[in-house]
Amino acid sequence: MRRWLRERAIVVLVLLLVALVGGIAAVRPGTVTADWIANTLLFAAPLGLMAGGETLLLLTGGIDLSVASIATGAAYLLAANAAHGEMAALALGLGLGLLVGLLNGIGVAVFQVQPLVMTLGTGLMTEGVLVVYSQKIIANQPHVPQFVVALGSGRVFGVVPIDLFLWLPVAALLMLGLSRSGFGRLLYAVGDNPLACRMAGVRVWRVLVGAYAGCGLLAAVAGIVLVGTTNAADLSLANVYLLPAIAAAIIGGTSIFGGRGGYAGTIVGALILTVLDSLLTLLDAPEPVKQILYGAIILLLAAAYTRLTD
Amino acid sequence: MTGAVLLRAENIARRFGSVVALRSADLEVRAGEVHALMGANGAGKSTLVKMLTGVLRPDAGRIVIRGTAHVFRSPAAARRAGLVSVYQDPALVPDLTVGDNMRLAGVAAAEVRRWMEQFGLGFVAPGAVVRELPLPLLRLIDLARALAAEPDILLLDEITAALPADLAAHVFAVARQWRARGRAVIFISHRLAEIAAICDRATVLRDGVSVGVVDPATGGEERIVSLMLGTSPQAAEARRPDHRAAGRPALEVKHLRAGELLRNVSFSLHPGEVLGVAALEGQGQAELFDCIAGLRRPDGGVILADGQEVRFRHPADAIGAGIVLVPADRVQALLPQRSVRENIALPLVRRLRDWGALPMRAEGARVAAAVRRLDIDTRAAAEVRRLSGGNQQKVVIARWLAHGFRTLLCFDPTRGIDIGTKRQIYALLRELAASGAAVLLFTSELPEIALACDRVVVLFGGRVVGEMPAAAADEPTLLRSAHGLTAAA
Repeated sequence: MRRWLRERAIVVLVLLLVALVGGIAAVRPGTVTADWIANTLLFAAPLGLMAGGETLLLLTGGIDLSVASIATGAAYLLAANAAHGEMAALALGLGLGLLVGLLNGIGVAVFQVQPLVMTLGTGLMTEGVLVVYSQKIIANQPHVPQFVVALGSGRVFGVVPIDLFLWLPVAALLMLGLSRSGFGRLLYAVGDNPLACRMAGVRVWRVLVGAYAGCGLLAAVAGIVLVGTTNAADLSLANVYLLPAIAAAIIGGTSIFGGRGGYAGTIVGALILTVLDSLLTLLDAPEPVKQILYGAIILLLAAAYTRLTD
Repeated sequence: MTGAVLLRAENIARRFGSVVALRSADLEVRAGEVHALMGANGAGKSTLVKMLTGVLRPDAGRIVIRGTAHVFRSPAAARRAGLVSVYQDPALVPDLTVGDNMRLAGVAAAEVRRWMEQFGLGFVAPGAVVRELPLPLLRLIDLARALAAEPDILLLDEITAALPADLAAHVFAVARQWRARGRAVIFISHRLAEIAAICDRATVLRDGVSVGVVDPATGGEERIVSLMLGTSPQAAEARRPDHRAAGRPALEVKHLRAGELLRNVSFSLHPGEVLGVAALEGQGQAELFDCIAGLRRPDGGVILADGQEVRFRHPADAIGAGIVLVPADRVQALLPQRSVRENIALPLVRRLRDWGALPMRAEGARVAAAVRRLDIDTRAAAEVRRLSGGNQQKVVIARWLAHGFRTLLCFDPTRGIDIGTKRQIYALLRELAASGAAVLLFTSELPEIALACDRVVVLFGGRVVGEMPAAAADEPTLLRSAHGLTAAA
């Protein structure tokens, strides 16, 4: 039984997700509708995208604490420059993600800075630069382009969230890339034993720079989807997403020590966290109590999962 | 030797998931004997040892010590029952001093000291930090600690592997002393000569079952080997004709120099040849292999691959030039949590242009061919860390078979590997040479040189002090030369 579960840990996660949804249906009958499911998916998409980048890095044994700052920054740059051309503004936002990601990668891989320290530093720098930037361009009122609003909050046929049409292909690409591409293989390999990779002729730094750049880019994409949902670019847009993005990957079974995990689990992890959030909202508990519950449940899940898979 | 039975393990069984490590192992150790426990890698030796010492609990069977059945819940419980073990990797905390480690273990410091002095280790200060002491000394310190507990049964798990002869002699002396005092020693080693010299009886495991108890002294060696392998052993293949081609060397090294240890080494290696490197510990051989494999840059001298001068900045450069390395420590070279397939296919994705979609079918075929050729046991293929040591080493070699190479560097590839796998590996090296590859082989076990090589160079003090055909390289000649005693013919 245990063995069966270990090999299909994702089944347990999905069951848990179903149980949580069932819990909501029990607490507030009539809540779980097609509309509610669509909303949940809509809100889970930015988290899932950001957690995707985080998954890549956890696989290499690294981590990125700058994803929330990148997401906020990308969204803000996009909104602040939309007036000069929406496509250029989009490129600017994505470019920021790529740039900070590359910086992270070079710091970690070439200068051997601890990933925690490096990404904490670049995250703080990004936030600081953003504050200065927002004060400089105060004249130019940020506005979120229409297509981004559609992406972040629109529905097809009134049900299917448009951001799924971005998230699903990205998810497929990530899952396929991790299992069926040379780069994906190397993410696991570098996380498992970098010395072995070097001895096998792999230039480890290239893999790491690629992974951090990819994570930065995904964080920027997540920020842009998020700003489409909120339709307001402020400087604390994605702050609350940092820890859930990491937690989604860990709950999904990706080891923080590297070498083990995958994106399928992360997706379910992101959905569980989103459903959990709406369950706690429904319970009408005071904010501190919600936070305590949220934290405790994440801890329980991570502990249970580790016992199951190890 | 016909003492009372001190320890009896009956029908011990243990499985890990779907892998059966032990089916039914029996072991009987009497007072006043040194008892060898033998078996090929993967036969279940380590699992049985872990059960005897309380690290693991058996699924079935029982352990009886002095007539009392025990279920050990921890190593401490085994210790209380009078069974103390010393392992290949000393159980000492690296960042503490020797003295602190003894206090941690709760043994009498004076008694440990007495043993250490007997081993000629009186010079090791109690304040010395463990991390800074060489491994052979640590093994003896660990042994001294075990002896201070005055165990009835002393379990020595491969502690003589790669131990210098003078230190190994102390281990043998302890074993004989324990026998003389009417106690018992369980001795595990891959070296048959040691077993024959000091053990009274040997229990042989194969595939998780005790297949026989042998007296190793009287011509028992071949019998042990045949029990371990399950077949009658083939004599080491007859000497082959000299394969050495006359043409350009595959690898040539001139006046190579690196660090303190590698002073001035020159040799050439031709396609179709297995060139042995013989040396005592620390004569520059590690630096030599690292330089040729691109793991470190030499301070001087020249390396030529196929006649072209090369300067490697990264192992990738060496691999690109057709030179690949099988290191001594397989843990360094493997991805422990990944599958056999991913481990073997690792170098296939080393270049940027291989980062795209994997050619799954072609890769699968290459990996399968390498697995077949090396006869790798794939029962636990999902995670390489669950394979036995010998199979892990085969995975490292299979990697290069799947990738391709012109020159294979093997640095002590058979360290800690059972005799069956050893013979497979040597047969493979011969085969590779016969098909035109060049092989450079360092081994710490001198008798193996004559078995596998065509020619041998001897290093001493970072220089080549001798070169001879392998046929002339018997152990005494090599030993003399490796100690820098005589210029070999």
